[in-house]
Amino acid sequence: MLLAGLRRLANAVVLIVAVVLLNFLLIHLAPGDPAVVLAGEAGGTSPEALEAIRHAYGLDRPFMVQLLNYLGQVLQGDLGHSYYFDASVTSLIWQRLGPTLLLSGSAMLFALVLGTTLGVSAARRPNGAYGSGITVLSVVGFAMPAFWLGSLLVLLFGLRLGIFPTAGMESVIPPTGFFAQMVDVGQHLVLPTISLGLVYLALYSRTAKASMIDVLGSDYIRTARAKGAGPSTVTFKHAFRNALMPVVTVAGLQTGALLSGAVLVEIVFNWPGLGRLALDSILRRDTPVLLGILVVSSVVVIVANLLTDLAYRLIDPRIRTGVAR
Amino acid sequence: MKRKLAIMLCTVALFASACGGTASQQGQGGGATDTLIIGGPLEPRTLNPAVQSGMVTALPGAQLFASPIRHGKDFTPQPYLAKSWEFSADQLSLTLRLVSGATFHDGTPITSEDVAFSLEAVKKHHSFGKAMFGSVSSVETPDKETAVIKLSTPTPALLLSLSPALLPVLPKHIYGDGQDLTKHPRNVKDVVGSGPFKLKEFTAGNRIVLERNDSFFLQDRAKLKQLIVKFYPNSAATSTALEAGEIGMEISYDPVDAGRLAKNSKLTVATTGYEAAGALNWLELNTKNQYLKDVKVRQAVAHAVDVDFIVNQLHAGIPQVAPGPIHPGSPFFSKDLVTYNHDTAKAAALLDEAGLPAKSDGTRFSVRIDYNPGNDVTGKNVAEAIASQLGKVGIKAEVRNAPDFATWSERVSKYDYDMTIDSVYNWGDPTIGVSRTYVCDNIKPGVVWTNMAQYCNPTVDQLFAAAAQEMDTEKRKQLYRDVQRQITADVPVVFIETQPIVNIYSKTYTGMPDGIWGVMAPFLEATGTQAR
Repeated sequence: MLLAGLRRLANAVVLIVAVVLLNFLLIHLAPGDPAVVLAGEAGGTSPEALEAIRHAYGLDRPFMVQLLNYLGQVLQGDLGHSYYFDASVTSLIWQRLGPTLLLSGSAMLFALVLGTTLGVSAARRPNGAYGSGITVLSVVGFAMPAFWLGSLLVLLFGLRLGIFPTAGMESVIPPTGFFAQMVDVGQHLVLPTISLGLVYLALYSRTAKASMIDVLGSDYIRTARAKGAGPSTVTFKHAFRNALMPVVTVAGLQTGALLSGAVLVEIVFNWPGLGRLALDSILRRDTPVLLGILVVSSVVVIVANLLTDLAYRLIDPRIRTGVAR
Repeated sequence: MKRKLAIMLCTVALFASACGGTASQQGQGGGATDTLIIGGPLEPRTLNPAVQSGMVTALPGAQLFASPIRHGKDFTPQPYLAKSWEFSADQLSLTLRLVSGATFHDGTPITSEDVAFSLEAVKKHHSFGKAMFGSVSSVETPDKETAVIKLSTPTPALLLSLSPALLPVLPKHIYGDGQDLTKHPRNVKDVVGSGPFKLKEFTAGNRIVLERNDSFFLQDRAKLKQLIVKFYPNSAATSTALEAGEIGMEISYDPVDAGRLAKNSKLTVATTGYEAAGALNWLELNTKNQYLKDVKVRQAVAHAVDVDFIVNQLHAGIPQVAPGPIHPGSPFFSKDLVTYNHDTAKAAALLDEAGLPAKSDGTRFSVRIDYNPGNDVTGKNVAEAIASQLGKVGIKAEVRNAPDFATWSERVSKYDYDMTIDSVYNWGDPTIGVSRTYVCDNIKPGVVWTNMAQYCNPTVDQLFAAAAQEMDTEKRKQLYRDVQRQITADVPVVFIETQPIVNIYSKTYTGMPDGIWGVMAPFLEATGTQAR
């Protein structure tokens, strides 16, 4: 058990180092550097100014020296210093991590709860009008790109109907009072959550439906029915728990995809999260920030996978006790 | 931070229990009086205009910091921190007399020492510092309210360079502490300024909140109580927020979107302003290209380009035709130019003369057209229109995309291009933003917005040099007329249109900044109510 845990941890560290190496290389292959971008924002510059900026940030040093310096820093827990903002990368990421986790978490929750409910309820009569309707809806939902859906939602509910705000995480002039601010953030959260979550909702409802149909056809369900258990007892007490396993697996695997989907949704909705910072940092060639975000997101994905493991153990006692092996 | 975290956590709980049930409580009723929210891709890296030029810093910078002089609609200088000024008889010194009793936001008096410190700072750190103040040999401070700028050569552009966007008066007691000014921590927080607004909040990725400075030195302090700059990732999101009433104003660079919003009865689309910024959208030609090195070929390209189509069809008539290197709104703009009407027969004849006859497939030669990728409407779309127009005279033009600014600027500044669409700013006086594109000694590989056409004509250099020191305005206009004529004859650049910078705001606002610097000037007259 302990050995397995240590092995997982070692894997995680190797994975993060590989992420850093690969991305460092990719970013350096792209033309242009921060000095050029800063010159662009200033409307003009001089060769001396360009050289001064390159020197100040060590960009004039050989590639390997820059790489080793950076790796050394990261291993000491220091993600470096932003060229663009002249601030520590850790503080920049820390400011943006909360909103990204809020959005991704809400989307995950929305998709899991609603998706599983729809899927499970559809499984009771899979070929009826309701079941087929859910299937069609999930195909449509899965095919729709999140950024396109987001733009449509903004146009309809933000601009035309004026029910929800069009962008941001809070009003430009936030209301006073804790509860009012919470409501304000909640209103801003609705459309981005739907945009980001719908594709996963579709996925989970399909998975839950298929898995539920599978489980409902198995021997022990027939036994349960034979001994006189009612339909809801059979569905929720006997079948549901087992049907949940594939959904949890898929949800765990999708964490990385959820974070990358959040990049697009954050841009559409001007959500002040990591995704927008990542795109801005690419355009600004702000390498330390971009690498920092990649390291942090790798950690988030790894942690999410560990949590998935834990969830397995809660749902399926066989894994907890090791009987399955 | 903790409070925000708590709000976010509680929101998740709320969301889980009653999803969407909160939607009906939109708005807090009424609205915020004397508050203006400007939205856009406006996130600055610093609030100190002494170390960073460009709109995103100058917008908040001109509110936080006052300057010696302001300028009226027709470029006439007006008193600001300096109540009066005079040049000496030999034109080699300018004496500024500052208003009495002016203070910084922390209550410290503003003195001539601060003016001297600020001018030196701008000269050293601003990207146009040398162009503006290179001739300043020293700034003397005989008393607290008098600053004397000593010059090595006559400098007619000096008064314009004392504008809020270009010479912010910084507190020496804060910034003169020996730290590197470009990285000074007070550039982004606890800013102590001299201007009509004080910094209340600057949150990266979110917004800047400015509050009226009630002890401002002018009798007429700002009318707005609060000015907020809200950051959006792009102009589409900004326009949506403006239409939904979430913000009060945007600064649009997109003539098609501006044309669309002009039909919205709740919005005002300003048609004037930014004459000093002087942004031009043009097609720059690499004069070292094997075909384009011949002036006849360049003239043929100019005849082939249909400027009327670009301005009136592609861009809804919002920009102005700009037929030369100086913005039509500048006092130095001349109508006496060599012009190129849209004439494909003439273009074809010039190409024949240049020894580039049409081959059997109708083509004469091939070129690539690049474009500055910041704005598709005035960049990519114009490049595509021109590619098709050039095709009609047998020049096979292929539009080459660049994924971002860094990629494009690397290509064009290292001359790996044939022709490129670009937006370049006059920045007030021609000595600052015009000559840089044409003079021989500004061919600087790797540096964007220098003389990237690699054009060199000694006559042009002489005219620019003479105009930069000519104190008589009429004579100076003559020199610039000659230089504009020469440049349009040589066609290192095919001039097309002004790059529109358009203030679009809710009709509830009046007195909005429509001056020669647009929003890069203090918001003193603006007033109105933010809807919600």
